[in-house]
Amino acid sequence: MLLEVRDLYVEFRTRDGVAKAVNGVGYGVDAGETLAVLGESGSGKSVTAQTIMGILDVPPGRITGGEVLFQGKDLLTLKEEERRKVRGAQMAMIFQDALSSLNPVLSVGDQLGEMFVVHRGLSRKDARARAIELMDRVRIPGAGQRVRDYPHQFSGGMRQRIMIAMALALEPALIIADEPTTALDVTVQAQVMDLLAELQREYDMGLILITHDLGVVADVADRIAVMYAGRIVESAPVHDVYKAPAHPYTRGLLDSIPRLDQKGRELYAIKGLPPNLMDIPPGCAFHPRCPMAQDVCRTDEPPLYEVSEDRGSACHFWRECLHG
Amino acid sequence: MAEPILEVSGLVKHYPLTRGILFKKQIGAVRAVDGVDFDLARGETLGIVGESGCGKSTVAKMLVNLERPTAGSIRYQGEDITKLSGRALKTVRRNIQMVFQDPYTSLNPRMTVGDIIGEPYDIHPEAAPKGDRRRRVQDLLDVVGLNPEYVNRYPHQFSGGQRQRIGIARGLALRPEVIVADEPVSALDVSVQAQVINLMERLQDEFDLSYIFIAHDLSIVRHISDRVGVMYLGRIVEIGRDAEIYDHPTHPYTQALLSAVPVPDPEAREHRERIILAGDVPSPANPPSGCRFRTRCWKARERCELEMPPLAVPAVFAAGPAAHDSACHFAEAKQVVPAETAENAGTAENAGTAENAGTAE
Repeated sequence: MLLEVRDLYVEFRTRDGVAKAVNGVGYGVDAGETLAVLGESGSGKSVTAQTIMGILDVPPGRITGGEVLFQGKDLLTLKEEERRKVRGAQMAMIFQDALSSLNPVLSVGDQLGEMFVVHRGLSRKDARARAIELMDRVRIPGAGQRVRDYPHQFSGGMRQRIMIAMALALEPALIIADEPTTALDVTVQAQVMDLLAELQREYDMGLILITHDLGVVADVADRIAVMYAGRIVESAPVHDVYKAPAHPYTRGLLDSIPRLDQKGRELYAIKGLPPNLMDIPPGCAFHPRCPMAQDVCRTDEPPLYEVSEDRGSACHFWRECLHG
Repeated sequence: MAEPILEVSGLVKHYPLTRGILFKKQIGAVRAVDGVDFDLARGETLGIVGESGCGKSTVAKMLVNLERPTAGSIRYQGEDITKLSGRALKTVRRNIQMVFQDPYTSLNPRMTVGDIIGEPYDIHPEAAPKGDRRRRVQDLLDVVGLNPEYVNRYPHQFSGGQRQRIGIARGLALRPEVIVADEPVSALDVSVQAQVINLMERLQDEFDLSYIFIAHDLSIVRHISDRVGVMYLGRIVEIGRDAEIYDHPTHPYTQALLSAVPVPDPEAREHRERIILAGDVPSPANPPSGCRFRTRCWKARERCELEMPPLAVPAVFAAGPAAHDSACHFAEAKQVVPAETAENAGTAENAGTAENAGTAE
């Protein structure tokens, strides 16, 4: 396994109390595989990614338990200096908002080239040549001229390509993409996702795709991990989940999205609201919103039950959910 | 079609581009909206879709008179509201209300929910006698599924979905006939979107509302709309009943747009044809001649450069299921959304249990 997160706990200390953002998350991704981490805001999907990358703000954040094994090594025990060698070179991240993730006062060529200067010790001139190569690779037209342009001179889709180019620069083994297309229009989203998938195949990278869009997941993912209140509630190959979800939350999500090929009927709506992370309900965190909840759900936190060899569900009644 | 409540014709909004500080000189214009026509029938929902910068939000602003059109007319029950001013305008505005996209910035953080929802009554005092307002506000909270005891709370005490309910309650306060909703659910989480959409559909029946529903999410628009208009660079390129647009699109832009929407079904991955458009939308300050989509269109020929295609039913489709307005010289029917499968239809069983108000403590 290229990357394995084991039993990770992260909390945030705030003035109002302790927010438990990640509560025992575990997932893994292989080389060449795409894992989609699906969840709503506050589910802990981005915090987990930030912990893997080592860019979590500490404080207020605090890692209170768990391991992040990358190529067999626990990253959480590394010194910051060693960590920095991993970050960017061996794993890289693509953020949602390219405009605020790029430096507005440096040309994109300088920003792309910086990777090679810092990590590979190339001269400025060689670094610029590599930057142009990368821009070509992510299909930015006229890379030779545009290398001197600044981020604001590019459209949203082009900026996201530059983010991808930057992530790919040092040919990392793992890419974490946090809502990479959420800010883009649908025709541009299709271009960018296609590009990402193609480059992933070419370099045989592991890809962790963090998203709330069930459509994007169905299009590109191999496996899916659904998060709720800082836990994995379902983890399975993507085809299995869409065919028959084994957790009522996943089922609710799938039923609540309007579809292009359907019309007219009232949408299923998951009742209530996502929980407050400072006051997560006891037992199963989803029980106040769950149509299948029984007494046991209010008291006993469900473990991740093994549904099949490569599938897990954190629901006491996963059998009923799967067949109902 | 029933008698239209809103008729929009030749609507144009240009924002001048100027040079110089003291002596401003107009050097051009951003053609945000450049000739838009549509009708809205009573009780109908017209969806307007398009990508960012296509002018859909500018149309919304003109409909509620937050922007004055450069040219064209907006008729409400036969009367051109762009010509009105003073008291006559105020009366019309009561009847056309707006729900905004971002429930975080469209509610004043220093006002209580009661004051926010009741503010329309300050502007239109004739709508509710003074002593009656508090009760009306509480009724409105109840109607949108919030606890009426929340009147004294502030917006920050509510979640995004609840805030959007407050925005909807404010839009309903004056009992309008038309509601213009600009991306009302795009800032919300998936599980909350469905609650708000269901609420809007219920309110439409209850209060006999007509909706203009603006969004970039084609799945949501199909779900809620009776008719759909597709905008590109300030113009409507195709408009028709929802089945005409989604099942028989004839404009290449609509086809590309529909084919790019991710479908939540991994089985569809392999056998789905995707039209991936090259490049970006051109600048509205300098739109292409002729057909505005031609720079990204795979069918473009010389004629597209010279001649602007009219928005009309293409002669080839005069009869049949694809007979609707499409602004393309080379319109061609093409099915890009896979037909509904038996398996998908199965999810209907769950539909009955919907609608649960977000009444968290």
